[in-house]
Amino acid sequence: MNALQFGSFYALIALGYTLVYGVLRLINFAHGDIFMVGAYIAYFVAVLLLGGEGMSGLGLSPGLTLAITVPATMILTSLVGVALERTMYRPLRRKGADRLYVVITALMAGLMLENGNLALLGASRKSFPELLQKVIWTFGSVSVTNLKVIVIVAALLVFVLLEFIVTKTKIGMAMRGISYDKFAIPLMGIPLDTIIVFTFILGSSMAGLAGILFAMSYPILEPYMGALIGWKAFIAAVVGGIGDIRGAIVGGFLLGFIEIGVVAVFPSTLRDLFAFSVLLGILWLKPTGLFGVAKTTKI
Amino acid sequence: MQKHTFTISLFVGIFALTVLAQFGVINQYLQSVIMLMGVNIILSTSLNLVNGYMGEFSCGHGGFMCVGAYVSSVITVLCFSKNQILGAPLLPPSLALLAFPIALFAGAAVAAVAGLVVAIPSFKTRGDYLAIITLAANYIVISAIDNMEIIGGPRGFMGMNATVNGMKGLLDIPWMLLWVLFGTVFSVWLLRRFVTSTLGKGVPAIAQDEIAAEIMSVDTNRMKLIAFMLSSGIAGLAGGLFAHILGYVNPHSFDIMKSTEVMVMVYLGGMGSLSGATLSAVLFTVLLEVLRPLEIWKWVVIPLLLILLMQFRPEGIMGNKELSDLFPKLKKFYSFK
Repeated sequence: MNALQFGSFYALIALGYTLVYGVLRLINFAHGDIFMVGAYIAYFVAVLLLGGEGMSGLGLSPGLTLAITVPATMILTSLVGVALERTMYRPLRRKGADRLYVVITALMAGLMLENGNLALLGASRKSFPELLQKVIWTFGSVSVTNLKVIVIVAALLVFVLLEFIVTKTKIGMAMRGISYDKFAIPLMGIPLDTIIVFTFILGSSMAGLAGILFAMSYPILEPYMGALIGWKAFIAAVVGGIGDIRGAIVGGFLLGFIEIGVVAVFPSTLRDLFAFSVLLGILWLKPTGLFGVAKTTKI
Repeated sequence: MQKHTFTISLFVGIFALTVLAQFGVINQYLQSVIMLMGVNIILSTSLNLVNGYMGEFSCGHGGFMCVGAYVSSVITVLCFSKNQILGAPLLPPSLALLAFPIALFAGAAVAAVAGLVVAIPSFKTRGDYLAIITLAANYIVISAIDNMEIIGGPRGFMGMNATVNGMKGLLDIPWMLLWVLFGTVFSVWLLRRFVTSTLGKGVPAIAQDEIAAEIMSVDTNRMKLIAFMLSSGIAGLAGGLFAHILGYVNPHSFDIMKSTEVMVMVYLGGMGSLSGATLSAVLFTVLLEVLRPLEIWKWVVIPLLLILLMQFRPEGIMGNKELSDLFPKLKKFYSFK
């Protein structure tokens, strides 16, 4: 169950990477930090509504707070994502800069978010208030908390939703079109920037959702929490075949299973070593990831 | 005369710095900044070979540096200092001067072999997938060393000072400064010779068009193998020097943060420009020291500066030009073969 839960976090973040990559061919390295920002926004919204921690909140009940926090966080986090796109990626895209420079910008934006947070809020860790009463269900020999079930169900729902948006709707068709040919799409009367902003909204709100769920499961927040999870989710996305939504889900769960499986057998310090070695092995054998399609290069 | 001015001025410069350090004109702090600068120059020029000249996106340079640092430190500690696990020193301290460069090169060699982990997958894949492989390689190195209790694991590894003291015992001059300067000159020289050689011309050819390069009889796999191994080997040399400057290494000082720093230096200087990488390494080290009073805000200001640079001059300080291309008059004063 732990594996499924961790896998869900990785999958949710990996989805964000994959969406942006699928449309723009851009590795949004700031995504892990958007996840961190999401967790912090969730914290502030929750504390503001709930009160406590030295803040005189509105004193709402935990249930209502949760109901407001989730959409509020997703909206605010997607605003952060869109702000990044507007201020940093779009000017570069307009100039037709090489995508490598956009990647560097993304990397730097992530660092800035991370350390800006550290500088503004200090290094002290924040503890997330408990919004949900813990209930333990037992199915046969397996017992799970309701939170874990929510996390897993949320990840699957998001997957189904995104798959639907990308494959069935008009806007999804436009997204796939952009990834196919960025120059022909505006000629077809499709607003390029709107679609890209929409992609960022989707990806960032998924990161925001992952942020809330993570904060509820492991209620300790620190500025560097996004970095490691972000990198790992990125690796998960690539192993699944970056740019492919199914790949992100499979890669995320695979990484979760490997990590928890290793911890069950070996000392926990070996977790990263094994997880990354397995992933390296997969990429060694299948260089474009599990679902990736090798691109044929024309001369 | 023109042919040798650069070489002569370089060696005069090294000599002058050493003399100044010897008689205390430049203090310990400045010396350490200069040494750090040298290490950064080695790192950024070596990464420039892969990221700049070859056009790949390697973001795991810190891992190779870590391999070099640990291997050379373990050798010198084994030979010259008393360690609880590795036992009494094997060699008398008077041999330190001889053994130190050997240890450095051993570290570089092992790091080059570690570069194979990245080089072999690069035959089949490139771009984003290769970036992940380098990233994973970095994590694997860090967490492998984290799990080796014999060399300290996450607590780090120390005892390299005995070697430096051994060299000081022979002749009391600032040895580490000298080694770093020689290491820097050696790496930049080696990279320059490689890139301008007939063999090395294949590297930018791969960057421009791999298939076309292959048709033009460039053995791309061999080129990649050489470039990755050379790059990671030189990073290992930088790691060995770094470890002996500090006298202490910790696996977490070589994590993804370090790799990012090196990448910043490469892109700040301009891809495919050795003088650009050197200049930006100097600039970056100075910037880090100047901004020290800002404490944590430093790491907000530096990324911001780089983002602005990307917006307004995305090709870096030098683009892919060398110093002598920008200022042709400089050619009057020096030339390379």
